[in-house]
Amino acid sequence: MPLYIARRLFGMLVVMLIVLTVVFVIVRIAPGDPAALILGPDATPEDAIELREKMGLNRPIIVQYFSFMTQIASGDLGRSLFFDTPVTTIIYQRAEPTIFLTLFSLLIAVSIAIPIGIYAAYRRGSFFDQSALSLAMLAAAIPSFWTGLLFQQYIAAGTGWFPVSGYGGPDANFFERMWHLILPAIVLGVVNSALILRFTRASMLDVLADDYIRTARSKGMSERRVVLRHALKNALIPIVTIVGLTLALLISGAVVTERVFNLPGIGSLVVGAVLRRDYPTIQGTLIIVAGLYVMVNFLVDMLYLAIDPRVKY
Amino acid sequence: MKVLKSLITAVTLAGMMTGTAFAAQNVVNVAIVGEPDTMDPMMSTKDVVSIVTQHFYETLFTFNSNFEVVPLLAETMPTISDDGKTYSISIRQGITFHDGSTMDAHDVADSLNRWVKTASRGKGVADKIDSISASDDFTVMIKMNTAYSPLLSLLAFSNSAAVVYPQENIGEDISAVIGTGPYKLEAHKPDQYIQLVKFDNYVSRNEPSDGGSGARTQSMDEIRFIPVPDSNTRVEGILSGQFDFADGLPVEAIKRLEASDKAEPMVLRPFGWPIFAFNHKDGLNTNLHIRLAVQAALNEDDMLFAAFGDDAFFVTDGPLYPEGWFWRTDAGASAYNVHDVDAAAAHLKEAGYDGTPLRILTSHQYEFHFKLAEVAKANLEAAGFKVQLDVVDWATLGQRRNNPELWDIYITHSPFIAEPALNGMYSPTSRLGWKDDEKEAILAEFTTVSDPEQRKVLFSKLQEKVFEQVPFIKIGGFNALLGKSTKLNGVTKTPWPFFWNATIDD
Repeated sequence: MPLYIARRLFGMLVVMLIVLTVVFVIVRIAPGDPAALILGPDATPEDAIELREKMGLNRPIIVQYFSFMTQIASGDLGRSLFFDTPVTTIIYQRAEPTIFLTLFSLLIAVSIAIPIGIYAAYRRGSFFDQSALSLAMLAAAIPSFWTGLLFQQYIAAGTGWFPVSGYGGPDANFFERMWHLILPAIVLGVVNSALILRFTRASMLDVLADDYIRTARSKGMSERRVVLRHALKNALIPIVTIVGLTLALLISGAVVTERVFNLPGIGSLVVGAVLRRDYPTIQGTLIIVAGLYVMVNFLVDMLYLAIDPRVKY
Repeated sequence: MKVLKSLITAVTLAGMMTGTAFAAQNVVNVAIVGEPDTMDPMMSTKDVVSIVTQHFYETLFTFNSNFEVVPLLAETMPTISDDGKTYSISIRQGITFHDGSTMDAHDVADSLNRWVKTASRGKGVADKIDSISASDDFTVMIKMNTAYSPLLSLLAFSNSAAVVYPQENIGEDISAVIGTGPYKLEAHKPDQYIQLVKFDNYVSRNEPSDGGSGARTQSMDEIRFIPVPDSNTRVEGILSGQFDFADGLPVEAIKRLEASDKAEPMVLRPFGWPIFAFNHKDGLNTNLHIRLAVQAALNEDDMLFAAFGDDAFFVTDGPLYPEGWFWRTDAGASAYNVHDVDAAAAHLKEAGYDGTPLRILTSHQYEFHFKLAEVAKANLEAAGFKVQLDVVDWATLGQRRNNPELWDIYITHSPFIAEPALNGMYSPTSRLGWKDDEKEAILAEFTTVSDPEQRKVLFSKLQEKVFEQVPFIKIGGFNALLGKSTKLNGVTKTPWPFFWNATIDD
């Protein structure tokens, strides 16, 4: 077990090194000039050259790479070209909406998907099962930006109960900020519930066909106990895996939903940074996200130990 | 689970209690198209930077509703020597910066010296300025080596602006956001809000408000600029009442705004002009006949209809200034919107065109740019051109157009600017590189003489040159759709809206 953990941690380090290099190269080979963008349409090419020099973008690429790796090794993600603020500070400022949006939408997704998935598997082939599958396909097929726009137009603007966008003004307290997340969390939750539902159903179907379920029934156990205690427990590994992946995806930024609802989270930070060619912010955010992604996967693997005693590392 | 339930209940109740009316009273919430790139208005020519920073930084002069230059931080209009080379500018006394210090001529002189060193528009005039200095505590002297009549317009413009900072904050970068404006920066959360609060020690001018000039009444306690990059989100926000003003709305939204009881449309008519800018430094367009062929081939009417859809939002109009403007002239404009395929083909033959693709650089950042490009492509191909549309994102376009080897035409747009000389495209040193001896002579005289009528005649000659030499093509005029709350008053229609005179009805 300790050897396994050490191996995994080493593997994570290698993955992160590869991520660092790939991210650095990709943002540098992409065309676009942050200096020209900051200066605006009427600035001359000479102005852009001058600002690039000031920003250190005219240094040879290899010099920039070593400077970047040295910075990262010392825990410094650099300074945003656009905001002129340390990238760590910007990510810290953007973390709250993304973390809570992730939690709320995951909660909604799991609350919808797991009970329905279990019941659909239990009632395999029934009208309920077919309807659940069709709705799940529909939820997965409809783009979240479209659902978001509908929610904005008919629920937020239509009823006035929810804000259309944003994350509250300077005087917004914690509850008001959370209120801004309700609609985007529903949109994301519904979209992400589709995959979890299908995995739950499939996993339950596998388990419900097993011999020990028949044995449990023959012993006269209640259906509720058979399904929830015996079947669900054994069907959990794929479900936990997909919930873990969904969590990692949501942390990496619900890019479209954040954009549509104008939430100042990690997703909109990445989009904005790419459009502005803010290299340090793109790099810093992707490194943090990749790190979280790797970490969530590691934790999911560790969770298998708790769920299934047969799993041994 | 109980904790979770409690949290959900608490959030729901808090939301229900507060509804969407989170905004404090006496605040105007303004949805802008994105986060300003900088809070230093000298450093950027972007409109969104001007819109925000003009509330806390001020210039010596500004424009009234007739686009005339009038004093703002200057006490009066300057005294100009007979040879037009020396400007003596009296500065208003008793003006305080947001940090409580008093503004004097030394602050102004240092700010203007920074402007000519770092601002794009300042650098454009730097070679004509010998010195800028404070001759006493409240007088600034600008000594030029040649007369330059657009100087005051440049000093009045809020774009790449010659604003005044406290002397001690001036360096390569500005160390703090401290100006003299009616509002001061209270808080800034990037991509979330820019909170401006009323500056209690602001000393307004006494003249009646007129455009950007005159009294700045500070009726509202706060102005909050909220960057909302998605235009549909801005539409829903203004319709729901979340915003009091929304900039840059899609034209399709006008019917919903008209039908709303919370918001109404504001059509900025005219807003600006789409431009096909030609590369004179390299490639096909160094040949005049190629440029003339493009001009002859285009059907601007079709292009504008494709781009804007509703003729309430565009006008097929060739002269460089719209009807009713001082600079309006029809000189040379008969070459506009001719869509003469035969004439275009004849020019191509004259040019010895060998089928090299004409590269049009455009982007989806502004959807109308792309639509204009698509129709132009069809027009040009009908005339015998091979056309290559290079559709890139805005950042790439910004980079590529600085390299003359990579494009033949790029598409951009501009608002109509009160002073023609502020349009950099006439300059031989612009990225277009339009050079012509006769044009240089006209331009030199245009920027030297100060008599308006004489300048108007010179501008008509300049416009004639534009149609003869095709350094760029004005595709037409277009209007912009803005949205405002039905309760919001006192907002002037301008490409750079300001809110110091805004009020909101109870």
